[in-house]
Amino acid sequence: MVSIKNLHKKFGKNQVLKGVDLYINDGGIFAVLGPNGSGKTTLIKSILGMVIPNKGIIEVLGNNIKKNSDYRHKIDYLPQIANFPSNLKVKELIKMIKDLRKDTDEDERLIKLFKLEPFLDKKLGNLSGGTKQKVNLVLTFMFDSPLIILDEPTTGLDPISLIRLKDLIQTEKGKGKTILITSHIMSFVEEVSDEIVFILEGKIYFKGTIQDLKTKTKQPDFEHAIASILTENHA
Amino acid sequence: MLKILKYSFYDLMRSRWSYVYFAFYLLLGVVLLFLNNDLSKAVITLMNVIIVLVPLIGTIFGVMYYYNSKEFTELLLAQPLKRSSIFLGQYLGVALSLSMSLILGLGIPFVFYGLFESSAIWDFSLLLITGTFLTLIFTALAFNIALSNENKIKGFGYAILLWLFLAVIYDGLFLMTLIMFEDYPLDKLSLVGTMLNPIDLSRTLILLKLDISALLGYTGAVFKEFFGTNFGLIVSFTMLTVWVILPVLRIVFKSKRKDF
Amino acid sequence: MNKLFVFLAVILLAQTSYTQNIEVCNTCPTSSLKDAILQAKGFDTITVKKGTYKEYDIIIDKPLTIIGEDYPVIDGELKGEIITIISDNVTVDGLFIINVGTSYTEDFAAIRVRKSKNFVIQNLVLEKLFFGIYIEKSSYGKVYHNKIIGDAVEEYNSGNGIQLWYSNHIEIEHNYVEHVRDGIYLEFSDDCLIKNNVSAENLRYGLHFMFSNDDVYQDNTFENNGAGVAVMFSKKIKMLNNIFKENWGTASYGMLLKEINDAEIIGNTFEENTIAINIEGSNRIVYKNNNFINNGWAIKVRGACYTNSFVENNFLYNSFDISYNSKINDNVFDRNYWSNYTGYDLDKDGVGDVPYRPVKLFSYIVNRTPETIILLRSMFIDIIDFSEKVSPVFTPDNLMDNNPSIKKITW
Repeated sequence: MVSIKNLHKKFGKNQVLKGVDLYINDGGIFAVLGPNGSGKTTLIKSILGMVIPNKGIIEVLGNNIKKNSDYRHKIDYLPQIANFPSNLKVKELIKMIKDLRKDTDEDERLIKLFKLEPFLDKKLGNLSGGTKQKVNLVLTFMFDSPLIILDEPTTGLDPISLIRLKDLIQTEKGKGKTILITSHIMSFVEEVSDEIVFILEGKIYFKGTIQDLKTKTKQPDFEHAIASILTENHA
Repeated sequence: MLKILKYSFYDLMRSRWSYVYFAFYLLLGVVLLFLNNDLSKAVITLMNVIIVLVPLIGTIFGVMYYYNSKEFTELLLAQPLKRSSIFLGQYLGVALSLSMSLILGLGIPFVFYGLFESSAIWDFSLLLITGTFLTLIFTALAFNIALSNENKIKGFGYAILLWLFLAVIYDGLFLMTLIMFEDYPLDKLSLVGTMLNPIDLSRTLILLKLDISALLGYTGAVFKEFFGTNFGLIVSFTMLTVWVILPVLRIVFKSKRKDF
Repeated sequence: MNKLFVFLAVILLAQTSYTQNIEVCNTCPTSSLKDAILQAKGFDTITVKKGTYKEYDIIIDKPLTIIGEDYPVIDGELKGEIITIISDNVTVDGLFIINVGTSYTEDFAAIRVRKSKNFVIQNLVLEKLFFGIYIEKSSYGKVYHNKIIGDAVEEYNSGNGIQLWYSNHIEIEHNYVEHVRDGIYLEFSDDCLIKNNVSAENLRYGLHFMFSNDDVYQDNTFENNGAGVAVMFSKKIKMLNNIFKENWGTASYGMLLKEINDAEIIGNTFEENTIAINIEGSNRIVYKNNNFINNGWAIKVRGACYTNSFVENNFLYNSFDISYNSKINDNVFDRNYWSNYTGYDLDKDGVGDVPYRPVKLFSYIVNRTPETIILLRSMFIDIIDFSEKVSPVFTPDNLMDNNPSIKKITW
């Protein structure tokens, strides 16, 4: 699905990615983890073409993404912080995104799922963070693309919505889609993901199942496994 | 790109700033007509005002829009859209809504005052065309500045500086250069100097209209060719077009290489 | 008393029976103007019928009246001067005179008046000429309603439309002159009246005075000439209600005054000239009720001008109102209307409360480096002009209009 070779990215003097090699298979849920500033978001944005790498090759569905934007029709992306034009209404935003990508009826089902009907005529600037995130989720899941990238999808969600999100992710996985997730909520990661990609100081430190990670770090549970990686490397 | 233009344009049309500018131009037109009580004189005053004010508004508004619509831009960047169409669409959205504020804001009072029966209609059209060109140029320059500066304060600073340089400082340096080299033939130099600054360029167009009698008092053959024939008009408009195209190309170039 | 009356009647009768009318036409017994003049006696009338007469060097040496019917053509075939008047009391009326010879040694004219009085030259059409109407050492004549159309290209080999030389008390009215060197030229000619003429598209000047005093020109239009009117080395000229338009070019003026004293310039309109009035060494001149509209420079003072007064004129939308090249000012500007005036009138007496300074610093800069004209109307220039206005350094600080009018002046 996604293949990354020797990816380098520098922001000014700050070398964020230092030769990332990553191959992600078709189907399944992959969690991209790492401490703050390790380059998770940069990696994801590189895949999306929002960040231009200094070096390296990225292929999505077999196509080199350099100077190409069509492949993004096959990706649904949930941005980390739901920043929307504040003077637009929810309804208008959904209509606009549909106009820009393609028409779909999925939005109605998702609006019902997240109980967004009362907010449709409100301006985005007046919404709470959680509601914005729900709108964000609607915008992401309403297109039926083979690759889904979720950057901190749980931010601001109430428990019920969180459960619905998890269900949604599982359904999409069931359709054979590939899903990339970044999150700080370890329990959430542990619950949903099939495989972990751990980034440390701009490189892939670990890639494998949660079980592999536990074995490697000799820790009984997932959270401690992650913590041990961090303490070992900073000690 | 057209879709993005449409949404940027709608977005601006419903923001209060467009109304503020529209109201400002409307007020300017009405006040000038009221004070001068004479259409042609009001047009002359406007010409002086427009060539300084439109660039200022264009740069400030361009920079402001860019920084304020960051969220919108990010949202668009996450969609399968070409970057060039995102930024060109936004640029055109801003430039067109500003031009519309200008044209309608000034046009309405003048039309009510009887512009169509007046001989000043050509001067007025020239004024609006020049104003639109300046809006296109300075909004593009503003986008360039904003694209190159993540820092909002810096971006605004550079925008004001750019305006100040082109509106005032450039002419000061230009004047000193001319006086310093007064022993040499200067007509080509002075025309080239004018071409390199879009504000001066628009000023020349207005001079051609208002001060042709004075301009023809100068002996230089190049001057005479430039101001005495349609040559000057054609060259000025061509250069204005070039001044629009170059910054727009840089928007495309820069946006393709930028990280978000 | 009765006897005297009878005597007068007899004389009058004798006179009328004596005068005869000679007709000239291509098929008449008299088929040339020269023959007719030869046959005629004093005070006869010669009527020239329609047709073409190839003649030149026609000398009118007796008091005759020559009238053309339906504009007969007198064709000089470029051989020299066509008509020369050397007698008093001659009238020439209604001829179409063409093809005057060109010479570098002699000033051939279509019609010349030499040392004569009381002549009338009217309703002529002159084309393809060198000099048009040339009046030398003559007086008390009238040049009325003639049309002079030249084809001058270069100054050195072209002549003037109407030229006066050592002549006085001449009236020049309702003439139309175009495409010659000087439309109307006066040299050493006093007490003349030039009225209601149109002088346009001439190479040099529309009207030109040299060493001529006490003349009046009024209600004339000078358009698109090399320069409108040049008045040089003359005294007491009255210039009234003339129109000076579109005299464009490097050395182009609506009016050029050089060494002129005690003149009056009243009620004229100067529109779209590069320089409306260019003044050099001229004193005690009154400028009143003139309109200066859309000129490059309304008034350009080039030095040595004293005790002139500029009162109640309208200065409208000129690029520069006054250009001045010295620091000393002895001229008075009062009660003019300046469209560039930005002051206010709080006491509503129709007079601005702050004085107006018509000389801009920028006009000095342009005088020094002409190319800087391209910076006209730039904000930078406005700023330096403003600072000069606030504290004059280069411009004479007493050169200002203390009573600028708030409204356009009408008269």
